Amino acid sequence: MNEFAFQALFVLILLVVGFGFGRVQELRHLRDLEDRERRLAAILVTDLRIPPTGIEPSSGHLVIGGAVIASDYFKTFASGIRSLVGGELRSYQSMLGRARREAQARMLEEARRIGAQAVINVRFETSEIGSRAPMSEIICYGTALLTRESVGTSAPS
Amino acid sequence: MVSTEHRPPVARPAAGRIIVVNTETVPGYRIEEVKGLVQGNTIRAKHIGRDIGAGLKNLVGGELKAYTELLTEARREAMQRMLAQAGQLGANAVVNVRFTTSSVAGGAAELYAYGTAVLLRPV
Repeated sequence: MNEFAFQALFVLILLVVGFGFGRVQELRHLRDLEDRERRLAAILVTDLRIPPTGIEPSSGHLVIGGAVIASDYFKTFASGIRSLVGGELRSYQSMLGRARREAQARMLEEARRIGAQAVINVRFETSEIGSRAPMSEIICYGTALLTRESVGTSAPS
Repeated sequence: MVSTEHRPPVARPAAGRIIVVNTETVPGYRIEEVKGLVQGNTIRAKHIGRDIGAGLKNLVGGELKAYTELLTEARREAMQRMLAQAGQLGANAVVNVRFTTSSVAGGAAELYAYGTAVLLRPV
């Protein structure tokens, strides 16, 4: 009985730590993302394959952004319970959503570094890499359109 | 198991001058000749130290920076191999590039990049 109580307490502590740290980190990450997305808003992003009108690109360059994200103990636990009855797993939804935004922001930061005005043909990909706990990698990639003014271009000879 | 430190020398002929895009065409150029499919892959295992760090991360959640770096670096390696093939075919661009990641047994991941090597001419 005593042993059971000890184990329950241990799980409870893990849950509290997971929830606390997870929440703090999530809020901090969301603030950081909003800030960066505002600064990157000038770059046009589309999943169309053809350059949008108004931009006359002289070349293209592949840009990639990626992020590996893990769920916290509380979310893993809560999702475990939710999985019993089925339905939407909100905690994982916010986790993957954040990772996707992070990947996109990183891709756009690379695009800005080379002076691109737009990124076209954007694709997202998610892959599960966790062996024990839920861990996912999200990548976002697309073709940054370079204009004559862009830096870092390397024309083929 | 492939260690992360193991990096075989890769021939990189003019890799820096090869244009890489994931669209079918490159703006400002036209495709003169299609050289064919080129590909590159690499399989990376997680470092034991990194895995312990990841164990902690599974408690508090959030981004696993070490894994992000590991996979980004591995993807670059796969792309370099693809570009080396393109260089050997005499191509100056790789178009319609795609990436796939798949986990292999034992916590290893395969990063695969493929695309079509082409010869471009400025319009």
